[in-house]
Amino acid sequence: MKPLVLTLRQRPKQRLDLSPLVPHLLAGKTASQIERIALQTTRQSVDVAEIFRVRMGDVERILIEGACERFDHVGQSMTGGEIRVDGDVGTQAGRLMAGGRLVIRGNAGPWAASGMRGGEFQILGGAGDHLGAPLAGEMTGMRGGVVVVRGPAGERAGDRMRRGTMIIEGKSGAYTGSRMIAGTLLVLDQAGPLPGFLMKRGTIVLAEGSGELSPTFLDCGQHQLLAMKLWSEFIRPYSKRAASLLKRSLRRLAGDMAVLGKGEIFIGKRN
Amino acid sequence: MRVLTVNDVRIDDTFAEAFDMRATAVVVTADSARWARQAALSMTGFATSVIGCGCEAGIDRELTAKQTPDGRPGMRVLLFAVSTTELQKQLLSRVAQCVLTSVGSACYAGLDGEETLKLGNGLRYFGDGWQISKRFGKKHFWRIPVMDGEFVCEATTGLRKKAVGGGNLLVIGRTAKAALAAAEAAAAAIAKVPDVIAPFPGGIVRSGSKVGSKYKGVQASTNDAYCPTLRGAVNSALDGEAGSVLEIVIDGLTSEAVAAAMRAGIAAIVKLGPKRGATRISAGNYGGKLGPHHYHLRHLAR
Repeated sequence: MKPLVLTLRQRPKQRLDLSPLVPHLLAGKTASQIERIALQTTRQSVDVAEIFRVRMGDVERILIEGACERFDHVGQSMTGGEIRVDGDVGTQAGRLMAGGRLVIRGNAGPWAASGMRGGEFQILGGAGDHLGAPLAGEMTGMRGGVVVVRGPAGERAGDRMRRGTMIIEGKSGAYTGSRMIAGTLLVLDQAGPLPGFLMKRGTIVLAEGSGELSPTFLDCGQHQLLAMKLWSEFIRPYSKRAASLLKRSLRRLAGDMAVLGKGEIFIGKRN
Repeated sequence: MRVLTVNDVRIDDTFAEAFDMRATAVVVTADSARWARQAALSMTGFATSVIGCGCEAGIDRELTAKQTPDGRPGMRVLLFAVSTTELQKQLLSRVAQCVLTSVGSACYAGLDGEETLKLGNGLRYFGDGWQISKRFGKKHFWRIPVMDGEFVCEATTGLRKKAVGGGNLLVIGRTAKAALAAAEAAAAAIAKVPDVIAPFPGGIVRSGSKVGSKYKGVQASTNDAYCPTLRGAVNSALDGEAGSVLEIVIDGLTSEAVAAAMRAGIAAIVKLGPKRGATRISAGNYGGKLGPHHYHLRHLAR
């Protein structure tokens, strides 16, 4: 069966909340029911039909053709199925996602994958600040699943991450993996200043090191660990470059000693 | 007793009686096959019989680098015990003392199952707070810092409650040499069967036992009916030409695996023939009332 295709008619005049457009919420709905779903975030109402041309298909596979950075909450809380988006998206894409597959063929705004619990989330462009991070007042950020960003990520990627895997193939901003509770984060290009700031546990791998490393991370020497080999096998389907990085000998730094100090940063750059 | 003869080897019309056991499996890997084998041998040492060792354990098969989770050579080890509690205790103490300690080792689940036993979840405390938990997809591992780097251990392994212990063959020959040749052939054939172990030294036991003893507090004693030196003195199961009896005990994850192992063992003994090997094959049972699994030799000999 063909996927459900939503093609952009016109750029919206306001920011839109696309969180109703996920497979489990569309299940059992007819095309006209889908067209009447409200997406507005202001007092002026906007429904799906105004923004998209709907071509009905299998709601387990949703294709959004032509997106823009005013589309917020894309794939929020999705539990299964697949959503593919051609274009950029706004804030909180894939927030609280629990399963399925979300692919953004463009850039994502801030708080993408915020509090994600499971599934696979790919951003082919770059991600904004606070990738996987909790919103204000929340205790933990990402707690499961896999996020792959092919481009760069903004500041505080993986903030308060609890579990799961985050792969950033481009550069990452300042405070990458700040306040990490656990989980695994990998950056294939250079990381901004102070990665792992106040991290308690968890693993950060920086292929190219960081502009500035906190003195509260202590050098534990060069190692080639078996656990990295296991991790390499796991992430190979998501990123071949990341997988080959993990097979190299890496320098291990333990920290952040300003807090618990059970975390680790591995640096791939040969000095 | 009706007698079936195949290639001049007599096969008694009797059956092996086996019991339900709890079983688990782990995969032990190391940098080389030699060290994987060393860890597996240490772990399965002193694990011949639940009567005195707490569990029965052995190497199921050798695994190539491609067959293990970490791409290194490995061994699949099976453990059998009479209760889940005892199996858990034996698994943890054996992996802790023999695998964790073995150079370059790692330990993974060797069995999938709804029900699980603690593996790394019990051993992680050795890390004294420096242990690291890693979840890769559905797999959960513990990294425990040790003096040669890290010991990687999967958090749990599967538990099989419907495993079978006590499948057996009695190999009867004219001389000790002939009985041994037949038993060795059978043990080698059984070693190739997946999901089974023969827990005794080299897969063969020369001191088969019966339940009970004339002495108080002794659980098991020599199987006098099959002792050739007592042939005339007791109610012997042996006839005039029997000079030596060896037993092969088989534990398997499934009843089918035990039957397959017994079938392979019988075939190997029969193939060797009575001149160089055994003249007769029998099996041990308790009248059929104690164990739920009965393996009739005449079904397996065909």
